[in-house]
Amino acid sequence: MTDRPESASQTAGPYVHIGCTPNFAGIEGVYPEDLGARMITGEVTGRRITLVGQVLDGTGTPLRDAMVEAWQADAAGRYAGQEGHDAHFTGFGRCPTSETDGSFRFETVMPGAVAWPKGGLQAPHVTLWIVARGINLGLHTRAYFADAPENDSDPVLGRIEHKVRIKTLMAQPEGDDVYRFNIHLQGPEETIFFDC
Amino acid sequence: MPRQKDPIMTEIPKGGYAGRQPQNHPVALHPPYRTSVKRSPQAAPISFPTTLSEETAPVFGHSMLGALDGDLLHNFGPQDQSAIGPRIIVHGRVQDQFGRPVAGALIEVWQANAGGRYRHKKEGYIAPLDPNFGGCGRVITGADGSYEFRTVLPGPYPWPNGPNDWRPAHIHFSIFGAGFAQRLITQMYFEGDPLIWRCPIVGTIADTSAVERLIAPLDMERTVPMDARAYRFDITLRGRRQTMFENRMEGL
Repeated sequence: MTDRPESASQTAGPYVHIGCTPNFAGIEGVYPEDLGARMITGEVTGRRITLVGQVLDGTGTPLRDAMVEAWQADAAGRYAGQEGHDAHFTGFGRCPTSETDGSFRFETVMPGAVAWPKGGLQAPHVTLWIVARGINLGLHTRAYFADAPENDSDPVLGRIEHKVRIKTLMAQPEGDDVYRFNIHLQGPEETIFFDC
Repeated sequence: MPRQKDPIMTEIPKGGYAGRQPQNHPVALHPPYRTSVKRSPQAAPISFPTTLSEETAPVFGHSMLGALDGDLLHNFGPQDQSAIGPRIIVHGRVQDQFGRPVAGALIEVWQANAGGRYRHKKEGYIAPLDPNFGGCGRVITGADGSYEFRTVLPGPYPWPNGPNDWRPAHIHFSIFGAGFAQRLITQMYFEGDPLIWRCPIVGTIADTSAVERLIAPLDMERTVPMDARAYRFDITLRGRRQTMFENRMEGL
């Protein structure tokens, strides 16, 4: 089959919230609830955690007009849609960054390890996707958990040449069941982004 | 290799997703789009073959849609009142790079009103709000990847970048495919708009034909006489490759 050109990305712009989280943007009554507002919908299995962070530009200033999406496996390492996945867990979260301090927050569960295509397992991780004004193509990264022993054998982390940068993919424990994952778009602490 | 009639064409293969095509995408850093200067990563992205984490995605069923979600003319204002401005239908097909339809894709759209004003508290353009227009809508593609929604033609508007920059009329699109690897946000432009080629955001895309594919032509065949004009906007997402196993089966 012949390859067709992929449609070009364009920035989500300053008003992404109108389209993706209209209730947050003050446009109420069109959708009953913003998509991705809740990842846990009932008696979920596993350890409940909160993933918090900020998206920071090259000057260290938090973005207050960004949107972060999270996609992850359930506590057993199964994705929604796969057989046997946790019916009380959507795996998908969407969070506008706060207009005051630019923070985002996901109430979720610690994901299980996920299969690697060639055998073996990937360490627990949350796929994150960041869009905002000034970001021309959505940025894809992963939050791993700094205290997870599986990180040492993770095949994605293992292929990163500049080991000094791996720490940019580590959510750090910050109190009980809270992990912080700051995303640096630029600068000495620039987060690793993927184009897989 | 001789090939029989391809039986896999309409089925989604199980191989990994083909990589992004950087030549068809904007660059991260494009100084004429000033906000990109401090928001663009500078290190090269890191590649790995897609895994379950990229090959799965949230599934959104048609049952989540309200009756007016795809009708921006009516989904915000009081009943029986329509948004102000030229009425249009936007329709098209979502397919992957191998030509397979992407069924069940959630498309969310947002836009300015006919006067070029967004309903947003940070928006300061002098053009008035339309009390009957919220500016958001959503649809899910059918089995053949097709979609359709109804809205008003958005107006162009000035924006703070250079001293006198104007955005061409556009509609923002957010698309979820069958795998998170297909996730895409883009903008649709309108045929004949002279502002397209002056826009620093459009200018982030170096390839002229990639820009042209974001420009929806007027589609007179789908126009509803005495009611609404139609524009056609097709979207192509990344696709999954065949696995080795399926390739062998196919070639035998």
